[in-house]
Amino acid sequence: MIGFLQPVFNTLTVQVPFQPPAASSIAEGVDKLYLVLSGITAFFTVLIFSIILVFMVKYRRRKDDEVPIATHTPLVVELTWTIIPSLICAVLFVWAAALYVQNGRPPASSTEVFVIGKQWMWHLQHPEGPREINELHVPVGVPIKLTMTSQDVIHDFYIPAFRVKKDVLPGRFTSLWFEPTETGTYHLFCAQYCGTNHSEMIGWVYVMSPRDYANWLAGGEKSESLSQLGERLFSQYGCDNCHVPEGNGRAPSLVGVYGKPEKLQNGETRVVDESLIQQAILNPNSVRLPNYEPVMPTYQGQIDEDQMLQLIAYVKSLGSQERKGQGQ
Amino acid sequence: MSTTTADLHGAPAEPAVNYLNASYGIKSWLLTLDHKRIGLLYLGTITLMFVVGGVAATLMRLHLVEPQGALFEPETYNKMFSTHGIIMVFFFLVPSIPATLGNFCIPLMIGARDVAFPKLNLLSWYIFVTGCAFALYGTVAGGVDTGWTFYPPYSSLYAQTHVVAVALGIFIAGFSSILTGLNFIVTIHKMRAPGMTWFRLPLFIWALYATSLIFVLGTPVIAITVFLLGLERLLHVGIFDPAVGGDPLLFQHLFWFYSHPAVYIMILPGMGVISELITALSRKKIFGYSFVAFSSLSIAVISFIVWGHHMFVTGQALYAGLVFSVLSFLVAIPSAVKVFNWTATLYRGSISYEAPMLYALGFIGLFTIGGLTGLFLASLATDVHLNGTYFIVAHFHYIMVGGAVMAYLGGIHFWWPKISGRMYPDMWARISAAIIFIGFNLTFFPQFMLGYLGMPRRYAVYPAEFQVLNVMSSAGASILGIGYVIPLVYLIWSMRYGPVAGPNPWKAKGLEWTIPSPPPTENFEEIPIVTEDAYNYPAIEAHQYPDAPGVARV
Repeated sequence: MIGFLQPVFNTLTVQVPFQPPAASSIAEGVDKLYLVLSGITAFFTVLIFSIILVFMVKYRRRKDDEVPIATHTPLVVELTWTIIPSLICAVLFVWAAALYVQNGRPPASSTEVFVIGKQWMWHLQHPEGPREINELHVPVGVPIKLTMTSQDVIHDFYIPAFRVKKDVLPGRFTSLWFEPTETGTYHLFCAQYCGTNHSEMIGWVYVMSPRDYANWLAGGEKSESLSQLGERLFSQYGCDNCHVPEGNGRAPSLVGVYGKPEKLQNGETRVVDESLIQQAILNPNSVRLPNYEPVMPTYQGQIDEDQMLQLIAYVKSLGSQERKGQGQ
Repeated sequence: MSTTTADLHGAPAEPAVNYLNASYGIKSWLLTLDHKRIGLLYLGTITLMFVVGGVAATLMRLHLVEPQGALFEPETYNKMFSTHGIIMVFFFLVPSIPATLGNFCIPLMIGARDVAFPKLNLLSWYIFVTGCAFALYGTVAGGVDTGWTFYPPYSSLYAQTHVVAVALGIFIAGFSSILTGLNFIVTIHKMRAPGMTWFRLPLFIWALYATSLIFVLGTPVIAITVFLLGLERLLHVGIFDPAVGGDPLLFQHLFWFYSHPAVYIMILPGMGVISELITALSRKKIFGYSFVAFSSLSIAVISFIVWGHHMFVTGQALYAGLVFSVLSFLVAIPSAVKVFNWTATLYRGSISYEAPMLYALGFIGLFTIGGLTGLFLASLATDVHLNGTYFIVAHFHYIMVGGAVMAYLGGIHFWWPKISGRMYPDMWARISAAIIFIGFNLTFFPQFMLGYLGMPRRYAVYPAEFQVLNVMSSAGASILGIGYVIPLVYLIWSMRYGPVAGPNPWKAKGLEWTIPSPPPTENFEEIPIVTEDAYNYPAIEAHQYPDAPGVARV
């Protein structure tokens, strides 16, 4: 039995880490909260343990027939130890919630990277075109927003050094963002059990200086950007026959629609986002606009997650062109 | 029935005819309607399940000694942790205290001859055994690899393992919970002895009452959930399949709507046991009776509205996250109130160090750590980092093993003289309690650190920098395993060779200690009339001290 303790002895010289690297703009805030929570835990644990130990010694049974002195329950005592924990909890809730809200909001200037999880690997697509598997190269100091979906089961994109984690679900899009603050190489884990090789659905995030990042981008094989690929698909599937940019086709123009609220045929008003675009492609009639005939066929089963992301990138690029146009 | 024979050594008497020897043969056990015998049937069944789940845990910890995995292929490891979780949660922890100690003690403690529906009680056990059989079949036939949480679409469309058999086992065992809960609620309402008012009830009864409410209200939801999962797997109806318009997160909502309250199914009865142990072994009235009683009920109620804290990182709406976070903090308060009241009960007590007390004190300490680390997970910003890591594993093991299992063992040691009529060797019991406490902390404390460092749970292989802490954890698990084997040995030994216990070896209050050990089949020769509060231990008012004789030192 002692045999398997051997690694302990072998690694005694190895430092046991107590803290993961903190390499994103939000890590420090999370760590501070973690530290305070640890302090509260330690305080109350030590308090309870010491009271118990003192009582155990002081009030140990000395004779079997001894009779203890009665204690009564003053209401003020009960109220004290109800109210103090309540106040502590209230403060913790507000602090943690405010931090969460703040940490969850990506800056408008974020660079968007698309992520597809599938058993058991991560596909990452940069807007400029490069595609990576189980590796993500990002420049330091630039906010990155990941838009993520899964091709099969539920996964979870987790970078401990950045203190970020979000489930990656089939059939919908989730997002997370981070701004790396330290160059280096950091673990990327799948944190939602996804089957046999769940523990091998891991990779590395390389945070690079802007110059190294530019070199990396230039060094990769030249490929079209996501929106260019999307544009090609758009005409390949004949979408452009109806969705003409001028808006006089059988289907609405998609120019400038991304991010805008639209009133649908069924009366609902929804902002055009990744999920709505996906729904419009897979189940068009459910999000039909008024004044348009239900003529669009479903592309369920014909367009995979990769192509979906390309089409979404294309629709988004139409939006930004429009905004530029308005600016002129 | 009340005749007694003197023990050969002149020790306290034990009744000639009791529930254990009133009839003989397998049939007399398998067809028994006696709540005490049914409690023992459960005890045997869940001990077997605990061994199965424990073996799986041991193999997992051995595997994790090396980063690349020492024993198994990932597929096998995944089956190990799934089996461990499923067996321990649904087939050990949920029935543990209610079905064994609850069944045995409720009628004795409220002054009744049996539970309200003895035949239903036996039926519950048969249903439970049937559920166990399906789960064990699934395990032996090739196992299941979905984790105990069965998240679709993995469990519904992708897993190639025996999901349906095991899910059916859980479905069936659920009915046992529902019927047991129903039986307890009716028993506690209708079968109390004259004078046993609600506020004279031992707090164990309050805790079991709160637990029974969750059994009855929560279990149907898990039954529906696993039923839908079975439909999804067998008929591909698409409820949880986004490709055909279903929603995988719907499963998680349903699952946790039961499985969070189920955490309190596991811990509330444990809290009840602790209230009995602390009072009896310090010979003190409980501090703040009504606060402890109502904290059980408020925990039961709040437990139903916190499930969303398991889903903070699923992309759940921001406001839903905020609401579930604040509600989760709310659970901390009645839990804290209980810990403070137990601790205060010890004040000026006459504290014995006998084994049940050691388990009880261990419970308070470990539950305190388990509860406080729950705050990290109710806090939204830290949960994002810690969710799905070993921090969660450590946290809920502090509650379920450090809490519920410690209380279960403490309760078994406390009521063992009543159950068996015999005493176990107290020194061995104290040693094993200490071994369990040390082994437990060594197993699970490093896991908090692993979680903060970012090691995800359910990993068959892991990066090398996590090895030291994993080896510590595995070393602790081997100590913990020894701690669990020792009581199994001496308790069985004591049934034949232990000294006769007598009716009340702890000099405890409570109706169960007023009758012989082991009790006669009908429990009470005459139904007692209750005239005093629970835990009415003799005490001297402070203003009489120090004139009163025999007083304990202050």
